[in-house]
Amino acid sequence: MEGTFRINGRHELLEFSERATLLQVLRDNGHQEVKEGCAEGQCGSCLVLLDGRLVNSCQVFAAAAVNREITTVQGLGTIHAPHAIQEALVEVGAVQCGFCTPGMVMAAYYLLRHHPDPSEKEIRRALDGNLCRCTGYTKIIEGIRLAARRMRQA
Amino acid sequence: MARKIIKSKYFVEEDFVEVLAEVPAGGSSPLPTNQEMKVIGRPVTRLDGYDKVSGTARYTFDINLPHLAHARTLRSPYAHARITAIDAREAAKMPGVLGIIHYQNVDQIPWYGSSFLFDPHLRYVGDEVACVAAETEAAASAALKRIKVEYEELPFVVDAAAAMKQNAPAIHEGGNIQGGKPAVYARGDFDAGLAEADVVVEETFTTQVEVHNPTEVHCSVVNWEGDRLTVWDSTQAIFSVRDTVAQSLGLPASQVRVIKRYMGGGFGSKLTTGKYTVMAALLAQRIGRPVRITLDREEMNLAVGNRPDSVQKLTVAAKKDGTLSAMSHWSYGAVGAYPSGAACSWPLRTIYQCPNVKTEEYSVFINAGPGRPFRAPGHVQGTFALESILDDVAEKLAMDPLEFRRKNHATIDQVMNLPYTSKKLLEAYDAGAKAIGWDRRRKVPGADKGRYQRGLGFASQIWWGAGTPPAGCILKLNRDGSVRLIAGTQDIGTGTYTVMAQVAAEILEIPIERIQVNLGDTAVGPYCPLSGGSLTTPSVTPAVADAALQMKEKLLSAAAAILEVPQGELVYQRGEVRHTGDTSKKKTIVEILREMREQTLLTYGARNANPEGYAINSFGAQFAEVEVDTLTGHVKVIKVVAAHDIGRAVNRLTLENQFHGGILQGIGFALMEERVIDPQTGKVLTVNLHDYKMPTIMDMPEIEVIIVSEADTKISNVGAKGVGEPAMIPTPGAIANAIYNAIGVRLHSLPMTPDKILMALAQKG
Ligand code: FES
Ligand code: FES
Repeated sequence: MEGTFRINGRHELLEFSERATLLQVLRDNGHQEVKEGCAEGQCGSCLVLLDGRLVNSCQVFAAAAVNREITTVQGLGTIHAPHAIQEALVEVGAVQCGFCTPGMVMAAYYLLRHHPDPSEKEIRRALDGNLCRCTGYTKIIEGIRLAARRMRQA
Repeated sequence: MARKIIKSKYFVEEDFVEVLAEVPAGGSSPLPTNQEMKVIGRPVTRLDGYDKVSGTARYTFDINLPHLAHARTLRSPYAHARITAIDAREAAKMPGVLGIIHYQNVDQIPWYGSSFLFDPHLRYVGDEVACVAAETEAAASAALKRIKVEYEELPFVVDAAAAMKQNAPAIHEGGNIQGGKPAVYARGDFDAGLAEADVVVEETFTTQVEVHNPTEVHCSVVNWEGDRLTVWDSTQAIFSVRDTVAQSLGLPASQVRVIKRYMGGGFGSKLTTGKYTVMAALLAQRIGRPVRITLDREEMNLAVGNRPDSVQKLTVAAKKDGTLSAMSHWSYGAVGAYPSGAACSWPLRTIYQCPNVKTEEYSVFINAGPGRPFRAPGHVQGTFALESILDDVAEKLAMDPLEFRRKNHATIDQVMNLPYTSKKLLEAYDAGAKAIGWDRRRKVPGADKGRYQRGLGFASQIWWGAGTPPAGCILKLNRDGSVRLIAGTQDIGTGTYTVMAQVAAEILEIPIERIQVNLGDTAVGPYCPLSGGSLTTPSVTPAVADAALQMKEKLLSAAAAILEVPQGELVYQRGEVRHTGDTSKKKTIVEILREMREQTLLTYGARNANPEGYAINSFGAQFAEVEVDTLTGHVKVIKVVAAHDIGRAVNRLTLENQFHGGILQGIGFALMEERVIDPQTGKVLTVNLHDYKMPTIMDMPEIEVIIVSEADTKISNVGAKGVGEPAMIPTPGAIANAIYNAIGVRLHSLPMTPDKILMALAQKG
């Protein structure tokens, strides 16, 4: 199959097999910033925005994402122009191996877009689907709160 | 700088290892304390932070090469079987299939001591049967289903107690007890100690099998160029992968290059070379293309290691005044189908003063995935049992648990009969008790009325973490004043890039941004130990310091030649050499290098030998507050205070990461994680991240980390001890004791799930 996807603001014409997941198609086409931890919808490493909604890209058929808007972690910010969430996570030390991080950033972004001033409980609820085996989460919560503060002030 | 070769002994993952190492001949002189430091000891953010948050970081899982083929593995569906026939002809004809290997078309490559890479005798659900390379992963997976295998099913055993019985199915020749006998240890006279005791407590504890489940699955990408092989591997030990792969393929080690850049966690499971890496190399050789092999989450839960379970029978005897007079530990644990280790009595032998001790431990084969080191192997389960029973003894003696530990504080290592380089456990008790508010502890366990009952508990910790030579580091000073730091260690996510750069930045007094760190490449970096056992920081940072100090010397000497003044009249300060009298005489690093017309200055630093005649250990105590919901049996950990002696803290941020993560893994082990095997079929039931319960963000308590130590100047110039394992060791024991304090019933079995809590409450009545 073939289809156009709008990925991080750019149109990409991609080929894919009909059973391929959005995660596979993204990763096969250079978007390796989207991570795969389980391919079963259980870890949150593969989160992207699909038309503004947070989805586990391993649980979406690529065919269902054709002609739609996809945002990966690189669409939020890059190493040279990081997003406030990315900055805050680095500053507070919320990143260890970093494999879960792109997914965490996406979940945090989605949360803050809808709740600019979340309570700790709301942060926890919003990130409950993101597994991290390294950090123990505390700093991730701290980072999101810091980012939220800065984003509200900006 | 003068060097010598020595024999160095260190302890890693329950084993003494002896290595020859090149070390500085003059020993090492300690760096100043953290108060006097500008970079070391500061909360420096990770050098690789932005790489990771932006998704730029490339992991082994992400490596892509032209013409890359993809490999998948066929695994045994039976717990114990023999392959009687295998036919891969139909599978080979499937679209996209490039190559298939199995025991009939590959030489016998020794593995696990007495088995092979492909062994027709299959010993667990998940044992490797065949491996397929294809154009895509999907094509490889499809082909696996078409390989026709005939199995002769054999009787199996998936429980250690059953496996130890006389007539149990034999997993290996020579019986199911690894090594044919238990590991035993004794000192003093146990029976005499028992006879003089006023209180004797005997209890049996059990712990479950825990699976590492790092977020990045195990994976390798391999590429042949002629007879030279490059392996990208998600590994904690690049040099041991190099050696195992080379040996398996009959290549000189120099022809194998192992690279590991970013890695998504390991926790011990990636200390061992995977069969998958060698299978990929064999396939790549046959099909003439690079091969990528990844495991899926199910394979992760079957075939790449676990923390062996344990049944531990402990006897603790004490006198009225609280002195321990005798302790014994008898245990067995299932190591799975291939050699590993289930021993867990080390903490009991060393952490408290006790003259009469005996231990007897059995590592037992069963038909399940083999064990591997997992963050403080043995110590986590051993500490849970020891600290639980000690609280019960303290209660019988009507002593405060903390007072009881203080009373039995050990000042020397009683196994080796050596003094410690440093031991600040008493300070850790004081600091931790104060931070948690130990005086709030219920004097009568289970005193709370009502549905939610709270309690406090604590446990102590001992670990190795001394670090060891050989560990080397090259510093290259470039013409632009930047520094490249090259070493054969690997950053497995813990922050090694950053702590090494901190040491160089501190000594050379240059901004840390000017330092580039290259790790994880056997072809480039000088040898460093594996990254496990809390070895890395204490092993590699002293080598960086050694190299940086030499670099400073070189710059002084160069400036002396350029300025034509005696070197003794020059000082090095903030990247500049200046004359002590004539302030006009000075040269920056960049100026020196320009005048030398050289691109680089090079130094090689080496880790010093550990001091003779000492035991080197880290110590600590963790205090937990829990709340038990007596209606549902749910345990909520409210707060954990971790107070530790880990020598010098090099980076407060990465250190806290290690503690937070270790404590959360401890909570997982204490309350929820468990690999479950169906005894009827021998199949693992917990093969995904939903069924294998790991802690999530909802489970994280408040955590306070207190470091009671400064640099241990006897160990090395940097004086750090490792922190990775200490962070986890005491957590389950502290939680168990807090639960007892909350509800007044002792739980003897991990994980302390709601059903066990409710059962215990029901028995209490
Ligand atoms: S990879 Fe999609 S949820 Fe784990
Ligand atoms: S930082 Fe390693 S999994 Fe989250």
